[in-house]
Order: sequence, then structure tokens, then C-alpha cells
Amino acid sequence: MSEPWEDEPEGPVRKFMYVNRRAPYGTIYALESLEVVLIAAAFEQDVSLVFMDDGVYQIKKGQNTDAIGVKNFSPTYRALEGYDVEKLYVERESLESRGMTTDDLVVPVQLVDKDQLAELMEEQEVILSF
Amino acid sequence: MAIEVNGKSLEVDEEGYLANLNDWEPEVANVMAKADGTELTDSHWEVINFLREYYEEYQIAPAVRVLTKAIGKKLGKDKGNSKYLYELFPYGPAKQACKYAGLPKPTGCV
Repeated sequence: MSEPWEDEPEGPVRKFMYVNRRAPYGTIYALESLEVVLIAAAFEQDVSLVFMDDGVYQIKKGQNTDAIGVKNFSPTYRALEGYDVEKLYVERESLESRGMTTDDLVVPVQLVDKDQLAELMEEQEVILSF
Repeated sequence: MAIEVNGKSLEVDEEGYLANLNDWEPEVANVMAKADGTELTDSHWEVINFLREYYEEYQIAPAVRVLTKAIGKKLGKDKGNSKYLYELFPYGPAKQACKYAGLPKPTGCV
């Protein structure tokens, strides 16, 4: 038997893409997506995230949830780097049409347009939409 | 369920994690460790304090792999390895140390 501190043999690594399309609060989708992203990353899968439509608000700087009585989980996106999740894509039109730039975001991202996004999606083995 | 700390009764879940993050004080860790038959040393406290800072910054308890890497960065390679951390926290470094630190159980973690 192996000791608990020895790494387990590596299983298959799949390309997972998580597509976030909704505002961070009001529904549980954004938080649940983040939870499964962290789990997939803990299992060392090849994880990428997309933020589009209202999903771009999930990573907006300066969130304050005091008045709605729920936890502000936006700081957790900054932990993704430590989980080796570094492929964060934001759909350009979604960001620009909401009057935001990458300077308004809590994490460094790569801006992509719809065609590039389609190509990225083509490369994935699993795509989960939230 | 509850544990007694400094004359106060603090609510914990069925696995012994604090129900309210804000109930934490250093004595909580000592009481929990004693119940596990462990005496906390400075080495334990280094990890516990690190976890509290990590949570303060990112609002989550880190997975064990992430904890190990981050400890290595902050406290040096001789401490940033699984063997060292498992010797300190034999029930699983992230799991047991997070409990002592008053944090929730790490997501998807040992």
C-alpha cells in the first residue's frame, strides 16, 4: 500500500470548459460553477473558463454583497491561478456592451471574439454551461 | 453538536468543523487538537495561520495540492511537501488543519 503523502497514479486528463453566462447573484449557477471548477482543478484536469453575457459580471471588481446578505465569492476567482487554472476567456462583445474593459476584472483574462470562442469549444472534450 | 472553548459552547457540524467562522479563536484549535490526541507545536501553528490568511484572501479553504504548493512558496521547500504536512496532520493536511483553523472543509478534498 502506498503512503498517503505519495502521489496517486495519474488518471486520464480531459479538457473541460466551463461557460459562465449568468450574473453572480440571484441564482446559484455562478457559485456552483466555481465549485465544480475547483473540484475539476483539484483532480488536475485541463480546465478553462469562459465568461460571456451577464457572466462577465462574476469577475467584476468591487463587488459588495452586504445588502443582499450573501457571501461575495469574487475573491475566489483569484485563487484559480494557484489551482493552475489559467485559461480564462472573456467574450469581447459581452464585456464591451456592458461598458467594461479588462481593467474592471479581478483576474487577468484573454479577450476572445465569437469565432475564436467557437474554435476553443471545438477543442474541448467536455463543455458545461452555467 | 458543540464544543466547549473558554467556557463558551460553540456549534460544530457532524464532522467537527465550526459552524460559524467568526466563533474561531486560537483556543479552538487547541481544544480540537486535544480531542484528537495532538499537542499543537509552532509548526502546526504555521500551517493553521497560513490557512486563515489564505481564507481571508480567497474566501475558500485550499485543496491539499494547492496548500502544499503555497506553503512551499511561503515557508520553504522543506515544508512545502506532502510528507511534512501529513506528519503534522495525519488525518489529511488540508482537512485536519482547516478544521483547527475554523474553516469549512475544503471543496473536493482529502
